[in-house]
Amino acid sequence: MTTFAEILHLLIIIIYAMLRKIRVALALIFWVSITWLLVDFTGTAHFYLGWMAKIQFMPALLSLNVAVLLLLTVLTLLLGRIYCSVICPLGVMQDAIAWFNRKKNKYSYSPAHDIMRPLFVLGAGVALSAGLGWLAGLIFPYSTYGRIVGSMVAPLYKMGNNVLASIAEHYDSYAFYSVDVWMKSAATLGISLVLWCIIAVLAWRGGRTWCNTVCPVGTLLGMLSKHARLKVVMDANACKNCRKCERNCKSACIDLSRHEIDYSRCVVCGDCLEECKFGALAFGYKPMIDKENILYARKQKAAETAETTAETQAEKVDDGRRAVLTSAALLAGTALAHAQDKTTDGGFAIIEDKQKPKRKHKITPPGSVSVRNLSEHCTACQLCIDSCPNDVLRPNGSLKNFMQPEVSYERGYCRPECNRCSQVCPTGAILPITVEERSSTQVGHAVWVRENCIPANEDKPCGNCARHCPTGAIQMLPDGNYHQGDHGRWFDAQNQPVDWQSLHFIPVVNEEKCIGCGACEYVCPSRPFSAIYVEGHEVQKEI
Amino acid sequence: MKQYNRRDFLKVGGTVAATTALASCGGKQNAEVDLDPMGHHTGEVPKDKMTYRTNPKTGDRVSILGYGWMRLPTTKGGSARTADNPNNEEIDQEQVNRLCRYALDHGVNYFDTSPAYCRGQSEESLGIALEQSGYARDKYFIATKLSNFSPSQWSFEEGTKMFENSLRYLKTDYVDYLLLHSVGGGGLQNLQQRYLDNGLLQWLMEQREKGRIRNLGFSFHGDVEVYDWLLAHNDEYKWDFVQIQANYVDWNQADGRNVNGSYLYAELEKLGIPAVIMEPLLGGRLSKVPDHVVAHLKSRKPENSVASWAFRYIGSKPNVLTVLSGMTYMEHLEDNLRTYSPLEPLSEEEQQWLEGETAALIKSYPTIPCNDCKYCMPCPYGLDIPGIFVHYNKCVNKGNVPESQQAKNYEQARRAFLVGYDRSVPRLRQANHCVSCRECVPHCPQNIDIPRELQRVDQFVEKLKQGTL
Repeated sequence: MTTFAEILHLLIIIIYAMLRKIRVALALIFWVSITWLLVDFTGTAHFYLGWMAKIQFMPALLSLNVAVLLLLTVLTLLLGRIYCSVICPLGVMQDAIAWFNRKKNKYSYSPAHDIMRPLFVLGAGVALSAGLGWLAGLIFPYSTYGRIVGSMVAPLYKMGNNVLASIAEHYDSYAFYSVDVWMKSAATLGISLVLWCIIAVLAWRGGRTWCNTVCPVGTLLGMLSKHARLKVVMDANACKNCRKCERNCKSACIDLSRHEIDYSRCVVCGDCLEECKFGALAFGYKPMIDKENILYARKQKAAETAETTAETQAEKVDDGRRAVLTSAALLAGTALAHAQDKTTDGGFAIIEDKQKPKRKHKITPPGSVSVRNLSEHCTACQLCIDSCPNDVLRPNGSLKNFMQPEVSYERGYCRPECNRCSQVCPTGAILPITVEERSSTQVGHAVWVRENCIPANEDKPCGNCARHCPTGAIQMLPDGNYHQGDHGRWFDAQNQPVDWQSLHFIPVVNEEKCIGCGACEYVCPSRPFSAIYVEGHEVQKEI
Repeated sequence: MKQYNRRDFLKVGGTVAATTALASCGGKQNAEVDLDPMGHHTGEVPKDKMTYRTNPKTGDRVSILGYGWMRLPTTKGGSARTADNPNNEEIDQEQVNRLCRYALDHGVNYFDTSPAYCRGQSEESLGIALEQSGYARDKYFIATKLSNFSPSQWSFEEGTKMFENSLRYLKTDYVDYLLLHSVGGGGLQNLQQRYLDNGLLQWLMEQREKGRIRNLGFSFHGDVEVYDWLLAHNDEYKWDFVQIQANYVDWNQADGRNVNGSYLYAELEKLGIPAVIMEPLLGGRLSKVPDHVVAHLKSRKPENSVASWAFRYIGSKPNVLTVLSGMTYMEHLEDNLRTYSPLEPLSEEEQQWLEGETAALIKSYPTIPCNDCKYCMPCPYGLDIPGIFVHYNKCVNKGNVPESQQAKNYEQARRAFLVGYDRSVPRLRQANHCVSCRECVPHCPQNIDIPRELQRVDQFVEKLKQGTL
């Protein structure tokens, strides 16, 4: 009779034999899922996988998500830095890059960068406390990965989608719909590209050099994983000193000459467990090595010359590449849409692209509470930007909020039924709000520009802004000193009745009712600069 | 003699059977079987069976099918509505030449164009196509118009220049049928300004005397007062023909402010003026009908196309000189040629069935009466007005305009409407960009209150997007 204990025992043995394979499988699932989450524009991925962004370490820390932090702490104290091997998409990406380097025995032990590691943590902490979330975010793993995917992969994903959409259209299917692909920020793309190159070169040559030198999450988790309950342990008596484990350790943390493992850098990938043919390595909690064993091993090794290894210097992030994009477009020389003299039928009037107006205060996404909250919490992972279905969000170009989301209405407006950015944000930079809350959150107010307004300058009616205002904050009033009497009739200053058709109706804004959604700005026929535009507020409020 | 045992026999037998099977398969693949021996759909279109009508004034033998030169194929496959370079669509002249030649070969001899059609490219295209066809000038009739819609063209000089240009583009020194283009819009005042005060009509009558215009007439849309006025002055102007909109829906149940075809037709019949028919198919709205209407029509003649009913209906009226159809595709041309080679007139009962029951059924679908003629275009604010209406109508006919969220197919219909909307019309040319400047309104031959309808579509889209339907 097999007992329950025996089955359990068997199970443990099987799991034990497959530790690395399980890790690889889990890592791939997480990696593919998070990547999909970052490129998805339909909202489907977020519905099922939104939690994957929220269990990332830095987002959890910034949003003070105690449950996730506790979970990750316990996980690391129990199993070591499994987070870095499975949950962190940047880590898995590096493993994938290293995997393509098919050279055998390509790594070797190197001592830890005990000065660099705390320095990067300290630097990130200083940047965060200075309210420069994006600067710290430059080296945070999840946001770095988000930017790489958002600026480099998402456009390709959308292009692929558009190909499918045109095929679907051919077959009269509505399974796919096409979306605009546009350059949201050259600076973000440039920075992502540079960072990707640096990380890729480091990964190709030295495995997890970035994670164990630059990454502050790696350093912080490393402080915990030193005390992990389960870790890779080495039986020096069984070790034949073949060095296979050391030379295949991407974390460069197995010091075979001393039969020691640096647990602050080990990401428990399990590669060494499969490499060792002598059963000298195991994932367990009993310290198998005692001092005598170590002394014995050292004697054995005494004759061997210690190999020195080339150490890959973590390249410093090139801050000089922080190109700053400013839209210094002036509200000058605005051309109004002119009706052409129509002599033939058919054809289309050319539509000039809208240009971004110079806003005194940038507009922040609804739910982000304030400019300060956004800049303190946002690590510029681009998740909100790539999930915005209305092409409203794009990376900011200013130094203070670099690469963090900025709202602008040239390509669409913040639609009343949408709250997606607030739902996807993992860091608490944009707090979750309901659609109803979103409709009463004032992110700015509309400002009317007489010089650009068609009815104020030409003998033509318009009122498209008032017609599309979701809160009814815009009224159309006659331009001039008129007042309305009973039955809606208009009278001039001398109390003489006026034919309403002779009046030019211009928009007036009730700033208290306006939520700054930009519908008016987007549908305004004046191009390239709208005659009504939204000025942002530093602190959002409920109306 | 070789003795076959059982195994050998089976082997040989199997091989023979397989070979036979293969051979018979091959045979079936190679020889095409005519599944349509009656020639309803695939047989040769007859070349010498076209029905002709005689113009009582000039004795012209005019084919009952006239070719409208307004909906020409473009190099982009028919509908080019792109955002980036919206006006890069060009007429597919090679295809146009083929269509023209095919029409002439099969007995069509009336071609109707205008200086305004196809962004001003239609006349030149027709001139080229007719020249390429190799037919002599007296084998076909050209109809064109004085399309001086813009106030900048209302002077005598501009009007005569337009006519001379038409002759040049059409590579001819006379026009068989010349029309005052779309009178009725803007009322009598507009008629006065366009043709009377500047002396243009007088000049056109002089050209008729000189033989540069063989028949003088007008096309009518809109204010019936203008129609009545022009016919009341027939003694003075002596109209040789008049072009009216008529079809089985408009006959007694015209949309909105449009005039019933039966009235327009009867007035002409009284005066003995032949009628040229436009919009027999309402720009395709009488062929792209909901399944329910298809079933209704097919139940009587399963082999005949939905469109054929509309052509037979209006062709059955004896005072009709020709029925114009803007045939973009070869299959449209072939279908219409079959319908009219020769015309099989409808019985009294069939006519009443179409005017009454069928028209009522079609009108029960809340489509917008836009025939995609593009007279409203270009919209100064860049909207694709016909594109928006065509999409809306398509969705109405397909049942994709749900009345509320409780509708059975709400989710699919919503997606089909919204995704299809973005596909058919670029976002910047959609209904929410209409500012109600009303520039388009006087141009619409169907008298649609375009801004109001656009706002209606826009509000519907908003409700779909916000989920508040």
